[in-house]
Amino acid sequence: MTVNAGLNRRQFLSGTSAAATVAAATQVVLGTARGGDAPAAAEADYSPTFFTKAEWAFINAAVGRLIPSDSNGPGGVDAGVPAFLDRQMELPYGHGAFAYMQGPFQPNAPVSLGYQLPLTPRELYRLGIAAADEASRQSSGRRFFELEVALQDRFLTALETGTVQLSGLPAKAFFTQLWGNVREGYFADPLYGGNRGMVGWKLIGFPGARADFTDWMDQQGKKYPYGPVSIGGRRA
Amino acid sequence: MATVLKPVDAVVIGFGWTGSIMAKTLTDAGLSVVALERGPPQDTAPDFEYPRIIDELRYAVRGETFQPLAKETVTVRHDIGDVASPYRRYGSFIFGNGVGGAGMHWSGQIWRASPEDLRLRSHVEQRYGKRFIPADMTIQDYPVSYEELEPHFDHFEKVCGISGVAGNLRGKLQAGGNPFEGPRSDDYPTKPLPPVYSAQLFEKATSSLGYKPFPMPSANSSGPYTNPYGVRQGPCNMCGFCEFFGCFLYSKASPQTTILPILVNRHNFELRTNAYVTRILLDASGKRAIGVRYVDREGREVDQPADMVVLSAFQMHNVRLLLLSGIGTPYDPKSGKGVVGKNYAYQMSTSSAAFFDEDVQINPFIGAGAAGQRAIDEFNSDHFDHAKHGFIGGSLIVTDATGGRPIGQMWVPPDSPRWGSGWKEAVRKHYLHTATFNSLGSVMSYRDRYLDLDPTYKDSHGLPLLRLTFDWHDNEYKVAAFAVARVQEIIRAMNPRSQFSLFMKPGEKYDTRFYQSTHTTGGAIMGSSPANSVINRYSQSWDVPNLFVMGASAFPQNIGYNPTGLVAGLAYFSAAKIKETYIKSPGALVQA
Repeated sequence: MTVNAGLNRRQFLSGTSAAATVAAATQVVLGTARGGDAPAAAEADYSPTFFTKAEWAFINAAVGRLIPSDSNGPGGVDAGVPAFLDRQMELPYGHGAFAYMQGPFQPNAPVSLGYQLPLTPRELYRLGIAAADEASRQSSGRRFFELEVALQDRFLTALETGTVQLSGLPAKAFFTQLWGNVREGYFADPLYGGNRGMVGWKLIGFPGARADFTDWMDQQGKKYPYGPVSIGGRRA
Repeated sequence: MATVLKPVDAVVIGFGWTGSIMAKTLTDAGLSVVALERGPPQDTAPDFEYPRIIDELRYAVRGETFQPLAKETVTVRHDIGDVASPYRRYGSFIFGNGVGGAGMHWSGQIWRASPEDLRLRSHVEQRYGKRFIPADMTIQDYPVSYEELEPHFDHFEKVCGISGVAGNLRGKLQAGGNPFEGPRSDDYPTKPLPPVYSAQLFEKATSSLGYKPFPMPSANSSGPYTNPYGVRQGPCNMCGFCEFFGCFLYSKASPQTTILPILVNRHNFELRTNAYVTRILLDASGKRAIGVRYVDREGREVDQPADMVVLSAFQMHNVRLLLLSGIGTPYDPKSGKGVVGKNYAYQMSTSSAAFFDEDVQINPFIGAGAAGQRAIDEFNSDHFDHAKHGFIGGSLIVTDATGGRPIGQMWVPPDSPRWGSGWKEAVRKHYLHTATFNSLGSVMSYRDRYLDLDPTYKDSHGLPLLRLTFDWHDNEYKVAAFAVARVQEIIRAMNPRSQFSLFMKPGEKYDTRFYQSTHTTGGAIMGSSPANSVINRYSQSWDVPNLFVMGASAFPQNIGYNPTGLVAGLAYFSAAKIKETYIKSPGALVQA
C-alpha cells in the first residue's frame, strides 16, 4: 500500500513542476467546454422553472439595480444572475436541505443568534417577492419592476434597512438572502449559470480556476497578467 | 433490537486527525481496530481533483463537505437564563464531515502551544498574583508539560511535512524563526514557502516597529517530502483553495495525505463510513465501556462491542456523546459541581484590511492557508508583561492571504456603497489592492460558559442537541482591543491609503452569523483529578478507564494559536502511553 500510494503520488507530482503546470493550464484552457458555462446566447432566452412570470420580472429588475450594467462593464442581468438564482432554487439548497429546519421557531430571538425563520430559500423568495411587490403597490401604485430606477433603488434601500414593512417576513431577511445570492451568482463559477463570460471575475481581476501560482511565487507584487479560466475550461 | 457484531479490540469514533493517529498506533500494536465515521469516504482522487475542487460556491459557501446541519446542529444562547436558538445555518464555526474530518479542509496553520499556556493558572498566579485572575475565571493548568509534549509535537510536524523555520532550537534562538516559541528538538522538515506580497509588507512593517516576523508554520509542504511513515507529499503551488477545500496536489497535510495510505489496507483495521454513533455502551457498573451503538448507512442500529473506545469526534460532538452516554457528571454552573461540559471556550479574532492604491499589487488570490504567510508572536501567551494591561492571554498577529475568494473574502472600505454601481466600482478598485491581517486571540474559561444538552431541540435521530452557553467576558474584549491596536500600528507602518478593522467591542454579543473560528474548545477537559476534569493527562476518562477522549475538548481554556498542533501532540502523547503501558495492563493510568 505504501509503495503503491507513493508511486502514484510521485508520478502525479512529477507532472506539477512549473513547466508542466503551464501545460496543464493550457489543456484546461483549450479543453472542450462541457457542462454549465454555455455561451451567452444560449442563456438569453432562459425560461425560469421556479420563478413565476411576476417573480421573474421582480428578480430581473432587482438584480439589474443591485449590480447594474454600467461603465465598469456588464452587471448581474448580463451575467445571468437571474438564471443562477432560478437554478439554485431547484437544488437541495433552495429547498433548505443544508439548514436545520426543525421547530420550534423563535422569530424574536436575538439577531446575533442567526437565521431563525421557518422558511427555506424558495419560500423566502416566494413570500418575499409577493410582499415586496405588494408593499411597492401600496406606496406607489406600481409593482417593483414597473418603478423608475431611482425609485427601485429607494425601495431596495428600504428593504435593506427594514424601513418598509413586508407582510409575512422581515424585509431585512429577504434583502439579506437576495443580495447574498446575487453576489454568489455574479462571482461563482459559470457552471452554475451566473458569472456568464466570467464578467464578475474580470471586473475585479480574479483569475478563476487557474489555481497555480508557482510562476508568481518569485514575482509577488507584480501585476498578474492572466485572465480567468472556468472549471469548464473556458477562458475570458 | 440492535444487531450485535463480533467484538474487536478497539473502536474509534470519528475519523479525522486524532482518530487516524490513534487507529495507526493501535494497529501498530497489533490490536484489531474499527473506525466509525459519520460522513462519507473522501480522498484526493477523485474527490479533490482539479478543476472540480476549485469551486468556491460548492465547497466554501454551500459547504458540501461540512456536516449537514439539517441532521445535527447545536443550539446557542448567551446566558444561563436564556432560551437557546438552533444554529440553523453555518456562520461562526464549521463542523467537518467524512473521512479526514475538519483535518481535510483545514487551512494548515499549525502551532505548538507556548510552554506557559500549559501551566497557565500557576504561571499567572506566580507572575501577577492570585488576584490577577477574576473570581469567575475557571482556568487551570494542563496536567502535562511542554517538555513532555515536545517529542510528539516534533513527530506530528514530521508526519505533516510542515514548512517553517525554527526559532528556538534546543534553547538556542535562531534567526528568522519565532523567538518566543518553546525549545524545539529539531527544525521543521521543509523550508517555508516564499512570502506573498502582503506578507512582504508585513515583514517590513513589523521589523520597522522592532518586532520579529517569521514564516507561519504551514502544513503545506514546500517541496517533495516523504514522511516517517513513507507517505509522500508534493510542493504547494499557492493555489488559493486551501481552507474549506481538499488539496488536489497532495501538498496540504491531512489524514488522507499523511497517515491513511499506510493504514487503510491493514488486515487488523476496518473503516466504516456513514456510521453515526449514538451512544457509548457501558456495563452494569457504569465504569467500563463495552462498545458503541451506531446507526449505519441503511438506518439500522448496530452494536460494535470493543475492549477499548477512542472518542475522537469534533470537540462538541465528544462532549455531546459523553452526555448522551451518561458518562461522568454533567457540569452544573450554579453549584460549580460536575465536569462534563465545563469550561467551553472559543477564540477572539479580529480582522483588518489595508486599502492600497491601484499600483500596489496585492494579488490576494495567491496564497493558501498558512503557505507564504508571516506572523509575529510578541503579543501572545505571556510573551509580554500583562501587569499594566489587566487581562490574561493574548493573540497571534498574522497575514491573512488565504485565497481572496470573491464571494467570501472581498473587502471594500466601510464608506463604500453596499450595492449598485458604487459597490461595483469599489470592488473593482480594491480587490487586487487590499491586504488583510488577523489577530487570533485566546479565550479564557468561566463558570458561566459551558455545554449541556438542549431541553427542546433534537437531531434527526431524535436525540437532544448540544447547547452552548457562551458570550464574551471583559478579559476577551481587552484581548481584542489590545491586539487590534497593534495590527493597526503595523498597517499604518505600511502607509496604505486607508484601513479598517472588525472586532468585538465591550457590550457586543457573541454573534453566530459571521465566521470567526472553528477553534472551539473544552467541555471534556483534562486535569489533575476527577474533581477538576473529565480526562487525565493521557486523555483517559477518569470514570471509564477504557475510554480515551481526544481533541480540543481537552483544553481547559483556549490558546492564542490554531489548536491542531496541540491536539495532535496530546493524541500522540496518549498513544505512546497506551502502547507502552495500557495495552499490556489495561486500567487507570493515573490514580484518582
